[in-house]
Amino acid sequence: MREVAAEFERPALLFSGGKDSICLLRLAEKAFRPSDLPMPLLNVDTGHHFAELNDFRDRRAQELGGKLIIRTVEDAIARGIAVPAPGELSRNRLQIPTLLAAIEEFGFDCLIGGARRDEEKARAKERFFSFRDAFGQWDPKSQRPEIWNLFNARIHPGEHMRAFPLSNWTELDVWEYIRREHLEVPAIYFSHKRKCVRRHSQWLPVTELLPPKDKEPVKELVVRVRTIGDIISTGMVESPAGSIDDIIREISVARVTERGSRADDKTSEAAMEDRKKAGYF
Amino acid sequence: MSFPAHPIEILRFNTCGSVDDGKSTLIGRLLYDSKSLMDDQIAALERSADITGNGQINLANLTDGLRAEREQGITIDVAYRYFATPRRKFIVADTPGHVQYTRNMVTGASTANLSIVLVDARQGVVEQTRRHIYIGALLGIPHLVIAVNKMDLANWDQERFLRIREQVEGFLPKLNAFRDVKFIPISALNGDNVVTASTSAPWYEGPTLLAHLETVYIASDWNLNTLRFPIQWVNRPNRPADAALHDFRGLSGQIAGGIIRKDQEVLLLPAGIKTRVKEIWTYNGSLNEAFCPQSVTLRLAHDVDASRGDVIVGTENLPGCSPELRARLCWMHTRPLQPNRKYLLKHCAQTVQAVVTSLENRIDMASFEPDLAPGQLGINDIGVVHLRTSKPIVFDGYSRNRFTGACILIEPGTNATVGAGMLFPPIESAKPEYSDFAI
Repeated sequence: MREVAAEFERPALLFSGGKDSICLLRLAEKAFRPSDLPMPLLNVDTGHHFAELNDFRDRRAQELGGKLIIRTVEDAIARGIAVPAPGELSRNRLQIPTLLAAIEEFGFDCLIGGARRDEEKARAKERFFSFRDAFGQWDPKSQRPEIWNLFNARIHPGEHMRAFPLSNWTELDVWEYIRREHLEVPAIYFSHKRKCVRRHSQWLPVTELLPPKDKEPVKELVVRVRTIGDIISTGMVESPAGSIDDIIREISVARVTERGSRADDKTSEAAMEDRKKAGYF
Repeated sequence: MSFPAHPIEILRFNTCGSVDDGKSTLIGRLLYDSKSLMDDQIAALERSADITGNGQINLANLTDGLRAEREQGITIDVAYRYFATPRRKFIVADTPGHVQYTRNMVTGASTANLSIVLVDARQGVVEQTRRHIYIGALLGIPHLVIAVNKMDLANWDQERFLRIREQVEGFLPKLNAFRDVKFIPISALNGDNVVTASTSAPWYEGPTLLAHLETVYIASDWNLNTLRFPIQWVNRPNRPADAALHDFRGLSGQIAGGIIRKDQEVLLLPAGIKTRVKEIWTYNGSLNEAFCPQSVTLRLAHDVDASRGDVIVGTENLPGCSPELRARLCWMHTRPLQPNRKYLLKHCAQTVQAVVTSLENRIDMASFEPDLAPGQLGINDIGVVHLRTSKPIVFDGYSRNRFTGACILIEPGTNATVGAGMLFPPIESAKPEYSDFAI
């Protein structure tokens, strides 16, 4: 983190309010206090966020006295920056042009993100400092070798870097850190009652964006989220976990990975790889 | 209600070998047999097994994450995996074997405690094997495992295993490295001696690979003897109205060696100014002492001019402080290194200009003997170079401190990382002089 602050002129920290970026913010506090955070917080709002998450994001940013920049996919579509494919419901792909436009708008030269290598196979190949060309693309075949803790952070104007301080953390590490640091997390991580429909062997939350189809059975279940993505593709996990200790106990014995509940990663074996090459984080 | 306390000891290891030695299969086997795989990962494996046709689960698909890798059946880049057993947590770097990606091996291995070098029982020791062992030795990896794989295809022939062992032991003494070396006969494909002991090799009495990984003694790798604190970031809150923070001037960084105590006398280098630690500030409150590899913010007794790249050290066991460096260099770029060329050198928290004043030798990978007039270093070559930097560098020998003894070279223009350097210890005349702080 300090390496980013020292090496770049206009860095930003990606903060969604999700569990990984909550840890990221605490690391930033530890790195920079008693000074103010030397970078703004950035979030791409897909319009498909859980309301609880956005509330938490705004409140936390205010508590920290951080500057929060939000750019919406809605607005990017209106301005023609992001163009949905016919019938494209998920906002996942559309985040990419929105994010790249924000980088251009503010001239950001480095984004700190909470991605972890244990999440997914393509992410397992990420560097701590991941170089992106002038089109925001990731080229996994020509990554810079990363030796010891000596990070080559040099870029040309127009290019940018993504930095991933949590690269070597696992899902369990994240929750253990949240417990150790007494960090607050949005309530949707804990078990609650929610109306769900069963699709593609997952429980999806019923919302305005995802109304039940004709005669589709709706069930009220006791659920929580394990990972948060687009609200129309985030699978709810049936769980009674009501505290951080419960969650740690639950994932210690879990038999399904965190991203097993994300429909976006199941599209194809290379789904994440393709999105990353295009500029996803 | 109680649940098992999580293990805290972390072992970092890397796997290396030639193409088709079965590295990815081995990691897949470790994950699969140690029950670290989740149901959806197994389901994804089964899905891709159907696609590729033969219907058999391919364990290598677990780590070969990129599409080109699956198509060509090779590993392109370093992939990291994480698993835990009740005894330890493991961070695995799967590093590719084919020649053009050897630089990735250095990437995966530079921070490892242990290196697993795979040898195909049918092929025996090949040049890549020697290269990987040599690089592991250069990087100062403390523990080495030679996993003789595909023993099933060699009829579990003990003679063959012993011959490979003899070959490796033949050149190990030259390297003068590794605290311990273990030879284990395995079949990653069938799982023999990976997690469960093999019934095919009654002649082998040693531990399985996982048992060894769980129990190998990883004494603290951190250097706790000699204080080194490279300043990474100057912490100056810009709040004139806040009386408590008005005068706050902190020096933030990670302790790269030794222990630092409140009120201790320290030197700021390269300026050579002696001062005292007034406070060890952290987010969770002040500390009386802190040690490597903690990250802290120091406040000094005097208002000295210190900035990123300067190093705070103890008053004994001084480091080198000189613009003249001698380094063992691993070259990682297709454009060769040539004497008199200029590069950027990153060392600890600073980047300076550097010129290669001379190329002393290039190591011949077959004999490990130096070739004394090489002319240049090509990709994957290792040799000794002399460098002159635009500013003095505060450094130690790599064998003494992996943080302050390492550097990378960056090519100006392309910004490519082209070389990884391990510094030789400073000669006596390169030791700094200093004076007490005077107002």
